[in-house]
Amino acid sequence: MFTKVHLLSMTAILTNLFDGVAYGMLLFVLACGLAVTLGLMNFVNLAHGAFAMAGGYVCMVLVNRMGWPFFAALPLAFVSAAAIGIALERTLYRHLYTRSHLDQVLFTIGLTFMSVAAVDYIQGSSRVFINLPAALQGQFDVFGVGIGRYRLMIIVICGLLTIGLQMVLAKTRFGSRLRAAVDDPRAASGLGINVPQVFAFTFAFGCGLAGLGGALSAEILGLDPYFPLKFMIYFLIVVTVGGSSSITGPFLASLLLGIGDVAGKYYVPKMGPFVIYTMMIVILIWRPNGLFGRTAAR
Amino acid sequence: MFERKQFSRAAVVAAIAGLAAIAPAKAEDTVKVGLILPMTGGQASTGKQIENAIKLYMQQKGDTVAGKKVEIILKDDAAIPDKTKTAAQELIVNDKVNFIAGFGVTPAALAAAPLATQAKIPEVVMAAGTSIITERSPYIVRTSFTLAQSSTIIGDWAVKNGIKKVATLTSDYAPGNDALNFFKEHFTAGGGEVVEEVKVPLANPDFAPFLQRMKDAKPDAIFVFVPAGQGGNFMKQYAERGLDKAGIKVIGPGDVTDDDLLNNMGDAVLGTVTAHLYSAAHPSQMNKDFIAAYKKAYNTRPGFMAVGGYDGIHLIYEALKKTNGDTDGTKLIEAMKGQKWESPRGPISIDPETRDIVQNIYIRKVEKVDGELYNVEFATFDAVKDLGKTKK
Repeated sequence: MFTKVHLLSMTAILTNLFDGVAYGMLLFVLACGLAVTLGLMNFVNLAHGAFAMAGGYVCMVLVNRMGWPFFAALPLAFVSAAAIGIALERTLYRHLYTRSHLDQVLFTIGLTFMSVAAVDYIQGSSRVFINLPAALQGQFDVFGVGIGRYRLMIIVICGLLTIGLQMVLAKTRFGSRLRAAVDDPRAASGLGINVPQVFAFTFAFGCGLAGLGGALSAEILGLDPYFPLKFMIYFLIVVTVGGSSSITGPFLASLLLGIGDVAGKYYVPKMGPFVIYTMMIVILIWRPNGLFGRTAAR
Repeated sequence: MFERKQFSRAAVVAAIAGLAAIAPAKAEDTVKVGLILPMTGGQASTGKQIENAIKLYMQQKGDTVAGKKVEIILKDDAAIPDKTKTAAQELIVNDKVNFIAGFGVTPAALAAAPLATQAKIPEVVMAAGTSIITERSPYIVRTSFTLAQSSTIIGDWAVKNGIKKVATLTSDYAPGNDALNFFKEHFTAGGGEVVEEVKVPLANPDFAPFLQRMKDAKPDAIFVFVPAGQGGNFMKQYAERGLDKAGIKVIGPGDVTDDDLLNNMGDAVLGTVTAHLYSAAHPSQMNKDFIAAYKKAYNTRPGFMAVGGYDGIHLIYEALKKTNGDTDGTKLIEAMKGQKWESPRGPISIDPETRDIVQNIYIRKVEKVDGELYNVEFATFDAVKDLGKTKK
């Protein structure tokens, strides 16, 4: 009944790999802000998905209602989510940096529910789509491998972002300030680094990335007011599996989970939704601090 | 937070209902209908359509029947069965409603069934479509459809019309399994072959890997059931994957091409053949009037969920007429059995044996009419009963 042979052909494998990488890249952009706040700033921000949703809805309103071109609306999705991030960081989040993780969880989960209700009230609860330009629709064939244009764009944008992010963290003055502020906030401020400012900026940047990810994911993951709740698990999986001490960890974890999820749904559709969780459990048994986690030195 | 919202909505509806009656009717002159619908969450479009249709019906026919004033109390269950049960309990115990109605999804309808039996009041199912529902309480009556009705017919039709190999993609919950099993039974009995069978999780973010598998299996057609509301996303990804260009057709029960969303699905949906109970393009005068009134009131096209609500409230009115306003639940459900009327979807009736709907099933193809996408009916199967009852 099941025709196994064609499923293992080279083109099928490559098509799945391509889709998996695109999915993984998307997960990375969505979740890397969380890796930064959780791993670098040691703050549990479960409302991360709310910033992604904000970016997605801003993009949708600009493109569908005000007629902006899609590529002009993407940066705005980043900027608006970052702006909301910085406003909330200055007014609310910073009071919780020194509080216990439980307080942080309770606060941010409350914020998530508020965002769900607010978007539901303003925009309605049905799923929204962003009108894409024709150039991004459909597939083209490269030696029989179906390449989706939209997914290709995701890989390009997210790939460039990842490289840029790694460069900023490793090579720039800001990157070294941030790492210093994380490693030892007291010594860093003694050296004249404005630690709260560095954290605020980093937080806003992570929110901006989430906003961009939200705008990009509307087409693939679907955008509705329940987005922050639906995908919270996925973000947390990426961070736990990847370990939260660097950008590389979550990046590789995202790719692994993206490819695993797509391949799992393709090859064992009956088990499809569980593959991602099985992978997480296996990896965490093998390496409890995540693939690239620091051992309990902190 | 959600709870509070529901209450406030119910309060608003009640307040509006109260204001409308300038001279408030006495309690015994009022018939209360507890309407439980998903007004938030993924199934909200179902709730919205049914609410709209009921309001429209009451505007057209007035809110008084057999000397009683009909009052609707709306509760949101977000399609979560626990909330349905709580809402039904509150409506029955506190509000003393004479009917419970609505029910966007099967689990919601089932959750309320024991309460309808205990309280001896009719439960009018206006949306949910699994066959077993009406067997769960002698007080349940249905004005929507069952998936067996359309799935058996599309199975017979496909095999007679040159479709030999089919891959199936269905949502993994009771209605999806009903659709799959009844389709398979009829399609394979006629000599067709199911080459691939995929059940997708109900809350599925991405159809891509499943669709890729379908594409590589190279069937003549995919049989699709996804709940109303997910059809748009499915068709989008079907086109993105190029399955339309690979010559793989979509067939199925009509949920995937719900009129509510059809017009935004893009041209990839053209040629999709479905079997269903209602099309906004149904060429009767009654349907034309219904569409015109609905569009005028809500500025959007009604889908089959709206028709289920419209007929549901009609059935409540007719039952009250027949009992002369007597609100005894057992008498009302008796009065509903065997009712026959002309609906926007065509002639329908309530099967006196099963309390389920008997209706025509139409085979339709998506075509462009005046620049808009419609399901155009081209064949009719008359008075189809539900074939899915377990007690034969």
